[in-house]
Amino acid sequence: MRRYFARKLLTYFLTFFVAVTLDWGIPRLMPGDPIAGLLAKFQLQPSSYAALHSSYTKAFNLGEPLWRQYLDFWWALLHGSLGTSIYAYPDPVTTVIEHAVVFTLALLLPATILSYLAGNKVGAIAARRKVLDNTVLPFSYMLTATPYQWLALLLAFVLAGVAHVFPISGGFSYALVPTLSWAFLWSLLAHWFLPFATLFLVGFGGWAIGMRNLIIYELDADYAHFLESLGAPRRLVRKYAYKNARLPQLTGLALSLGTIVGGAVVTEIVFNYPGIGWLVLQAISSEDYFLLQGIFLFIIVGVLLANFVVDVVYLLVDPRTRIGLQGGTR
Amino acid sequence: MHKHVKRAVAAVLAASLAAPAFAIGGAGASSHATTTSFPRNETVYTSGTAYSPPTNWNPLSIGAYATGTIGLLYEPLFLYDPTANKTVPWLATSGSWTSPTSFDIKLRDNVTWSDGQPFTAADVAYTIGLAKTSPTVPYANLGQYIADVQQVGKYEVVVDFSKPAYTQWQNFLYGNNATPMLPAHVWSKISASAVASFANPHPVGTGPMLLDEANAQEVAYKTSTHWWATKDLGLKLKFNYLVDIVNGSNNVELGQVLQGNIDLSNNFLPGISKLVGGISSSYGLQTYYAKAPYMLSANTVWLEPNIAKAPMSNVNFRKALAYAVDPRQIASVVYSNIVQPANPTGLLPNLASYVDKGVVAKSGFSYNPAKARALLKASGYKGRTITLEVPNGWTDWMAAAQVIVGDLKAVGINARATFPVYNTRVADLTNGTYDLALDNNAGPSATPWAYYDRIYQLPIQGKQTAQLNWERVNDPVSWALVQKLGTTPPTSTAALQSIYAQLEQRTLETMPVIPLWYNGAWAQYNTTYWTNWPSAAPSSNHYTPVMWGGWLGQDTTILALAALKTAK
Repeated sequence: MRRYFARKLLTYFLTFFVAVTLDWGIPRLMPGDPIAGLLAKFQLQPSSYAALHSSYTKAFNLGEPLWRQYLDFWWALLHGSLGTSIYAYPDPVTTVIEHAVVFTLALLLPATILSYLAGNKVGAIAARRKVLDNTVLPFSYMLTATPYQWLALLLAFVLAGVAHVFPISGGFSYALVPTLSWAFLWSLLAHWFLPFATLFLVGFGGWAIGMRNLIIYELDADYAHFLESLGAPRRLVRKYAYKNARLPQLTGLALSLGTIVGGAVVTEIVFNYPGIGWLVLQAISSEDYFLLQGIFLFIIVGVLLANFVVDVVYLLVDPRTRIGLQGGTR
Repeated sequence: MHKHVKRAVAAVLAASLAAPAFAIGGAGASSHATTTSFPRNETVYTSGTAYSPPTNWNPLSIGAYATGTIGLLYEPLFLYDPTANKTVPWLATSGSWTSPTSFDIKLRDNVTWSDGQPFTAADVAYTIGLAKTSPTVPYANLGQYIADVQQVGKYEVVVDFSKPAYTQWQNFLYGNNATPMLPAHVWSKISASAVASFANPHPVGTGPMLLDEANAQEVAYKTSTHWWATKDLGLKLKFNYLVDIVNGSNNVELGQVLQGNIDLSNNFLPGISKLVGGISSSYGLQTYYAKAPYMLSANTVWLEPNIAKAPMSNVNFRKALAYAVDPRQIASVVYSNIVQPANPTGLLPNLASYVDKGVVAKSGFSYNPAKARALLKASGYKGRTITLEVPNGWTDWMAAAQVIVGDLKAVGINARATFPVYNTRVADLTNGTYDLALDNNAGPSATPWAYYDRIYQLPIQGKQTAQLNWERVNDPVSWALVQKLGTTPPTSTAALQSIYAQLEQRTLETMPVIPLWYNGAWAQYNTTYWTNWPSAAPSSNHYTPVMWGGWLGQDTTILALAALKTAK
């Protein structure tokens, strides 16, 4: 068990190092000078321009040679600093991300977990039940094939634009000052619902289809036929099939985390929802290296952590892995 | 074990849902706010100006300060009214040249800062003095002309110049670069290197509102009870709060305006002309003009050739470009007529009195493909591919670029549109590596000086970093004329008109830039909660309707806000 985790942790650490290096390097490959872009909007006289350009370059530490910037980046990172944001100047990147990250977590965690649980349950129920199969299956195919942004626009148009049931934009009402009050909580929830529903529905379709197909496969396996011929009740057979079918689904969950994060990005943009995904767009359009770096660092850590959690859960639900690690035989 | 997993999942879900409430709601307690909500009928909601969260209230951080910093908090000495082309005394009651190198400013005597201190000559002297002591302030170029700033009593300031600098000084006083006055008792504690860039989170101003609340979505101001203009000019804001919302995507903005969640939108919303009046009047939307061009003009869009490169260096080629493009087509197809084609001089409508009609009649250009072909032949153009750069995501300009490329191809120019990201396009223009680009000038100014300064600025550097002379025209004669404007007294109108006529003539003959159309001062209002918005109709409100920097507090948008009435 210890060796297993040591090996896993080493892999995670290497992945982290490479990903962070790429994360630092890629924004710097973007053509153009972010400070020149910032100052071009100011309409300055040449003398003030030169003075401002050099003061900003110094403030953002962009004048140093690249290797120096890279080392400074790691040094600052180890001290918990991600630099100053150009987009929200002069706020530090950590503050900007801190304000956005809660919104994204509130969307992503429930959407991922609930769609996974509900999708698996519904898929399992639908398998080999003709009426359900004929209704749930096409519906699920439709959902999972829908691009996030398209479903988001559709929901925004129907439920916010036409029916006025939900607000169309933002993380909370523009008429409220954030305070711990019922009005504010209610407003948070109302603004949260549509982006959540978008992510939930697309995810739900995928998991339902996956589970339905796996259950059919498992019900055809020898152990299932053997159980049936022993006269085991149908429910019991299905229970065993479900336990076996959820293992590949769990692997699928780990693999699809990246796509889910990508889906959150476009969904947040459609609803103007002030989370990490929306921030990505802002950071790219203002060529804010530091903010972009910070966001991707956060996504990297998040996806690695989630993968780790899935690894642990896999141990819990698959006795074969657990016993194998403890030196037992299969 | 199964139960534990279920409990863990439930705990994670509950925690993730509660997180924003505590993180954001808890943070609110530490902000400026004393209010918890902005009642709809007491609040004006605006949008279309901010592209990043409000984090800065330093009026010298041009381009970075939050919407409202100049206008609602800090105020200049004079306002400029572009629709009437006149100045409005604001913190000053008058200002005049007493000699070619001496300017006298008389101040109001009942203005107070929001911390209760009186506004006096010391504040004005401090603000002007920064030009000499701090090289990062936007008006630092004035420093070389200013010899001395004297306070005469508490409410009069005399500025002595070492050499005449009429236009530079006028730019400091009024127009979209007018400098707001700063409280010397607060700002003198800030180091000279930081004055232009520190965030100023606790602003102390003379304006009609106070900073109330700021978060990633919006900035909110509360109406002050002691604004000097209420007593002096009888102006009073009828709303208690103004909330400016950070921009979302176009579809979100349009939805918000239609639903009445935003009262004033300064976004470019394609197709807005179809939603104003007529069968769409149930939306309650209004624009400045009830029909085309719907919007006031904000700045001139140019087709900018890179004159340092062949074939753009050939004057006949540049003239061929001018005759080949049909701006009427762009106005109608791309903009549904919410913009209008530019005058051949490119000067905005507020400067019409400076346009020499004789010069335009003689040397002006208009759409004429046959003439373009003839000029193209005379230029000896051999068919090299010419690219036209437009920043990616500027959808209206991208569509306009396609129309222009079509027009250019029709006369035999092998043109192609490219859409690099904004910063790449800025780099290409500053380094001079582009062929053609769409570009616009700085916006309304009280005289054409800024327009020509922008075109003819010399010397040309390797990197044209300031947004001046990006087309790299090397015309010392015109540049000398521009400089001569700066030393000609504003009272010598005949001499000024003659210089302007010469500049217009030379510009039309050499075509350093090709004026195409006037970008609009995009403004659409929803009249559900607030009425009497700026309009060309006979009403009391003919002021500028945009919250953009340079307009709200330096042009007359603040007067427009003061004229709003509650809808009954």
